[in-house]
Amino acid sequence: MSAVAEEFITEDGRKIGAVVMEMKNITLKFGGVVAIKDISFDIRQGEIRAIIGPNGAGKSSMLNVISGFYHPQEGEVWYKGARRPTMRPYQVAAQGIARTFQNIALFEGMSVLDNVMTGRLTHMKTNMFQQGLWYGKARAEEIENRQKAEEIIDFLEIQAIRKTPVGRLPYGLKKRVELARALAAEPSILLLDEPMAGMNVEEKEDMSRFILDVNDEFGTTIALIEHDMGVVMDLSDRVVVMDYGKKIGDGTPDEVRNNQNVIDAYLGVAHD
Amino acid sequence: MPEQFIWGIEVFLNGLMAGVLYALVALGFVLIYKASGIFNYAQGVMALFAAMTLVGIMNGQVPFAHLINAIFGTNVHHFGWHVPAFVAILLTACVMVGFAWIVQRFIFRHLVGQEPIILFMATIGLAYFLEGVSDLMWNSEIKKLDVGLPQGINFAIDDYTYGIFGYGFFIDNLDIVATIIAAILVLALTIFSQYSKQGRAMRAVADDHQAALSVGVSLNFVWIMVWSVAGFVALVAGIMWGTKSGVQFSLSLIALKALPVLMLGGFTSIPGAIVGGLIIGVGEKLFEFAVGPMIGGATENWFAYVLALIFLVFRPQGLFGEKIIERV
Repeated sequence: MSAVAEEFITEDGRKIGAVVMEMKNITLKFGGVVAIKDISFDIRQGEIRAIIGPNGAGKSSMLNVISGFYHPQEGEVWYKGARRPTMRPYQVAAQGIARTFQNIALFEGMSVLDNVMTGRLTHMKTNMFQQGLWYGKARAEEIENRQKAEEIIDFLEIQAIRKTPVGRLPYGLKKRVELARALAAEPSILLLDEPMAGMNVEEKEDMSRFILDVNDEFGTTIALIEHDMGVVMDLSDRVVVMDYGKKIGDGTPDEVRNNQNVIDAYLGVAHD
Repeated sequence: MPEQFIWGIEVFLNGLMAGVLYALVALGFVLIYKASGIFNYAQGVMALFAAMTLVGIMNGQVPFAHLINAIFGTNVHHFGWHVPAFVAILLTACVMVGFAWIVQRFIFRHLVGQEPIILFMATIGLAYFLEGVSDLMWNSEIKKLDVGLPQGINFAIDDYTYGIFGYGFFIDNLDIVATIIAAILVLALTIFSQYSKQGRAMRAVADDHQAALSVGVSLNFVWIMVWSVAGFVALVAGIMWGTKSGVQFSLSLIALKALPVLMLGGFTSIPGAIVGGLIIGVGEKLFEFAVGPMIGGATENWFAYVLALIFLVFRPQGLFGEKIIERV
């Protein structure tokens, strides 16, 4: 792997670990449209990594590449020190990469608890015949995973709506249930696509607190996309800035804030 | 007690048993519809195919005998052995799993994300194709199916009711067996879909493909699993109906009887398929018994559809169908 230090000290003096995922020269095209152009960056163990940029910069596309929904035409994805072959999204999930979606993708007809339990699917190993017979091992596994799901539900303070069908919940709570489902997979990397989009100030504060708590309590590595600059700067350890499919900045929040390219992209350049 | 009333009870019981058989067919529809949104028109033909395969294996028939003889000029029809019923049922179940794989691999995998009407049309094509394959594979004669299920009047019930009413009820042993098997099947499938890992994956896929992928569910695997289970249910239905009335083309028409059952019970509910089947079974038998003689009989042909029509007007999602929840 490239010559990166094993550890990294953030602005707040937090120590974060070695590189766990590395994107190398990723290029993604849809027909003639280039969504991502030759972008490289890395994600370190235990950090909160933000991807920001104006609308249409290719942030969501990047997240979709990481989670296997899109396959880049060029470039490599390195995960835990090995090059990852082209994978279907469910295979990526099985490798310990969980995600949420910009437009919420929950199982609307199922209860909150059932939704969270689907997050445990990758941890349940018994096969169909064992499950069908519901004998000792399958049963023990179900109970064990149920317990884990309940812990996550407690953690995100959604006990009160455990049995409610998700379709009946308001938007802010749905977002939280989606986070719970992703978290239930005990992922090594958690990808959040605009976790605070469309929320009011109070809901944003709650969500920020949960993201920090998750990172703190479980040591989960988090990569997130967010539009609210205040939130991004407060939450994240390091930030990648994209614009028109290109990377225009990468570094700590302070470095990014003072980067001339970033300022130009967000505020516009004076043409004189 | 008036005779009419006692006969009514007998008709009621027979209606329940007939309803169970309808429910068995409806169950196959519900499974596939729940997990993939496909209304599988071929479910009835699958029951026919399963029953023909079972008979063929049991009798040691050579599959595609006519085709082989026509091409190679040979004259083979039978292997000359007989396979015990239990082994033959297991083998047929394997054939149905293979069928599920083929259907998924060559048809529905290429139609992911298409409109429901297109998927429906594909199943109509599948139905006619499978019908042809069944004939080609096992020839189209009417065959007798006997896997050792008890048949004929149940004398215990006959005696018992004679002791009470002075009139013995005619209840067929086969109907009793069918009821027990259907009850076990429904219970198992309900528990499986609610509390098992694969059941949860199945419901997840039914709800949202993208979200299911993101939690590590392979859509392909779930669909093959569901078609296999539906194939197995078709096999059970095929055994029951085949034993009752012989294995022949008309077996595939039982699918038409399942339609009103689905409208009553709801397309997405496993218990709904059972309750719907029972209501239709009892309803049509009692109606024929009470009203039939007055209007010239043959009401069983249309009663179920009229009942379904009434339900469509007042409760389009059926008795147990998922209520459509929408937040505005």
